[in-house]
Amino acid sequence: MKKIFADIIIIGAGPAGMAAALKAGKMGIKNILIIDRMPEPGGILQQCIHNGFGLHKFKKDLTGPEFANHYISKLGRPNIKVMLHTMATELTRDGKVIISNDTDGLVEVTPKAIILAMGCRERTRQQVSIPGTRPSGIFTAGVAQRFMNIEGYMPGKEVVVVGSGDIGMIMARRMTMEGAKVHAVTEILPYPGGLSRNVVQCLNDFDIPLYLQHGVVEIRGRDRVSGVKIAKLDQAGNPTNQTFDIDCDTLLFSVGLIPENELSRMIPLELSPITGGPFIDDNYQTSREGVFTCGNAAFVNDLADYACMEGEIAGEAAANYVNDALSSEFNMRVVAGCNLRFAVPNFLTGKAPVTLYMRVTQPMVDVKITSTDNIVNIKQQIVKPSEMIEVTLDKAQLAKIKELKEFRIGVTPR
Amino acid sequence: MPETYDIAIIGGGIIGNAIARELSRYELKTILIEKEIEVSFGTSKANSGIIHSALHDDMRTLKGQLCLRGNALWEKLSQELRIPFERVGEILVARSGSDIPVLKKLLDNAKTNKIPAEIIEGSRLHDMEPNLSPEISTGLLAPTAGVIPPYEMTYALYENAMQNGIEYLLDSKVTKIVRDQKSFAITAGRSEIKAGYVINAAGVYADEVAKLVGANNFRIKPRKGEEYILDKRLDNINNHIIFPTPTPTSKGILIIKTIEGSTMIGPTAEETSDREDVSTSDAGLKKVLDFVRTMIHDIPKKDIIASFAGIRPVSDTNDFIIEESSKAQHFINVAGIQSPGLTAAPAIALMVVNILKLSGLNLKQKDDFKKYDKPHRRFSLASNKEKELLIKLNPTFGNIVCRCETVTEAEVVTAIRNGAKTTDGIKLRTRAGMGRCQSGFCLHHVMKLLSRELNVPEETLTKRGGDSLVVREKRLPAGRHG
Repeated sequence: MKKIFADIIIIGAGPAGMAAALKAGKMGIKNILIIDRMPEPGGILQQCIHNGFGLHKFKKDLTGPEFANHYISKLGRPNIKVMLHTMATELTRDGKVIISNDTDGLVEVTPKAIILAMGCRERTRQQVSIPGTRPSGIFTAGVAQRFMNIEGYMPGKEVVVVGSGDIGMIMARRMTMEGAKVHAVTEILPYPGGLSRNVVQCLNDFDIPLYLQHGVVEIRGRDRVSGVKIAKLDQAGNPTNQTFDIDCDTLLFSVGLIPENELSRMIPLELSPITGGPFIDDNYQTSREGVFTCGNAAFVNDLADYACMEGEIAGEAAANYVNDALSSEFNMRVVAGCNLRFAVPNFLTGKAPVTLYMRVTQPMVDVKITSTDNIVNIKQQIVKPSEMIEVTLDKAQLAKIKELKEFRIGVTPR
Repeated sequence: MPETYDIAIIGGGIIGNAIARELSRYELKTILIEKEIEVSFGTSKANSGIIHSALHDDMRTLKGQLCLRGNALWEKLSQELRIPFERVGEILVARSGSDIPVLKKLLDNAKTNKIPAEIIEGSRLHDMEPNLSPEISTGLLAPTAGVIPPYEMTYALYENAMQNGIEYLLDSKVTKIVRDQKSFAITAGRSEIKAGYVINAAGVYADEVAKLVGANNFRIKPRKGEEYILDKRLDNINNHIIFPTPTPTSKGILIIKTIEGSTMIGPTAEETSDREDVSTSDAGLKKVLDFVRTMIHDIPKKDIIASFAGIRPVSDTNDFIIEESSKAQHFINVAGIQSPGLTAAPAIALMVVNILKLSGLNLKQKDDFKKYDKPHRRFSLASNKEKELLIKLNPTFGNIVCRCETVTEAEVVTAIRNGAKTTDGIKLRTRAGMGRCQSGFCLHHVMKLLSRELNVPEETLTKRGGDSLVVREKRLPAGRHG
């Protein structure tokens, strides 16, 4: 097998991976290898032709490909080698990466550091166990988006979107603009799964009905989807006998994302059952020294902007690791307290400033975000599961955290 | 003039293809007719891949005899067709004290029939199956039970039969059969065919096909079964095929160790009047989960990555019906092939050849029967050294199309050259799209390859023929971001 060496290998050339590569490059790392299975870099951004990208990072309203181009245009530096159409097939326990493509065959990469930036995959119809037949015309929203925006095919004409994730709402609008009739977006929870701005801009502005606390309970159709049965759900989430049928030829599923960590399991890394990503510290270093992660492989982010900021942290930390300059002052676990599903990074090491990202379990108004010893005490008007809470800790706060036995953060009513 | 054949086989499932391949050893002109666009698209598509030990069967039935005979033929057949086959063994567990005498009786039967079996108790049982419910302390082990990849098997039989001159007429439903002095005139789709013998292996439609010549001295009572597959990652749930102790009417719901290493749970057994009803249901899933959790408590619902249902062609005699019809000479029914039909398939094929012989067909062995000579079938199962060699021979082995199952471009292209026309055809042959992302990543790659190799536009491709178009229409001009 062909063998190559790299200071840092980055798996995945989406926003997080590219940001990591560029940051590590800026830090003076000489031999950076970034690989991606697609024929061009940019990851999922290439199919996200809608706007709304870059508001945080560049203070501009960009489309996905425009946002991606900010990074792609800088990848041509001599210290960054990009291998496209290349898949990582194996991460060995001794820290080697096996990659494969049709020009080099299998290649064994021996890196000094690894950055995992594989992004995430969509949950499927199977994972929400909707009974019925298995005809054609059933897509995850992202697959439909690819067909529509990259491949140039109309997935269908009469559409029902199952789940109100962001991609589902964006595709409801996109397909409407392309002449399809979107009959309904259903959501089993009492509130939408995606960003408020998408509810407004993608559904309300196009008169697409959003059925909260409703679920598809049956899929019909032999060859192609012919319709669905939708039921109102009770408080416990079980279907009631208030049902209605919609005839449709297409179903799009937007029922959540799962960080893509099949490679991480091979090392093996310890994964969080809550986020689906590896446990990470504030350098985005995983349970294995020298292995870092960022973006949606680490945990599902709301925006590509965040994925890039994490990529920069991971890129800088990996560079420091390669230069033997990665230090930690302490190791404090971050405990997700009241009303929080998760708070990441999972560990603090003393690095400042550091941004904590948190997701609440349910929407709440007039809350305060507080931590052990009131080191954090912030008021916020609205919190919801679809929008991550960001709290940035400064040097002074970290000095106090260092002295604690446990650092717990939570959200409570005011 | 319609083309004339010695034999027409109706039905391209595992049984029709096993018979076709067996007949391809002889100097005969044979055609197999299938109503679906590809073979293995009916009941065989939903097979669970178990090679049964025959422990459950009554040797007074044809089912029992052919199951036992079939089981012994699988080493040779799987080697000839380069299909992985593993005798993982089956364990029938006692879920209550009253099950134990039943297991003892089955053990006695096994001894009589020379089926290797033994009672396993206590810690030995739990060493073999560490996740088994602690309440279960007795099981009956039959080590000769095994597992195979059932679709790959059907396609290998099909390819080997084709290599040896069997013709295939697909996408052609048989609607009319007229018997005259010397032969049958068959209308199948838009084709007319003449054949000296007809072999009816039409699965759930066997009674309807038999009826066309009045040879329907039986009825098919379709019985639906739902199956659920867990993520491959959880490959340590069970090591054997775990059965409950059978009741007089049912083998129960199983926890299957598939040849892929993943766990499959099911099937349900529900009579249905609709021969095409392969829908799954909430009730079915609940039934399966509730049942299997009595054997292994911790079977996670969230790790179910796929579900499917199939229709078993159960005859009203509840046994296999394999005979020349007394109503129509030279019309051979191979009907009611429910479980253990896959196990019995090689024995059924031999039995059919024998029936033809007894019926007066002149069978002369070819001296140039071609062995199945397909290269390595599964890239993902190869060692890194073998993988390198494959990529050297054909660089497109380096291009991985399906990430979850590690399926390469070379394998997809081979499948297309061997007759795959649809995305389901690719999936059943190569496993591309069977993994945890359920074709999210590979679908558009597979469509591009189908379009390129078959030279047809992507918008005409279907999931499995008929109206199952994958996409509705071409929209933007070729190129990006229209």
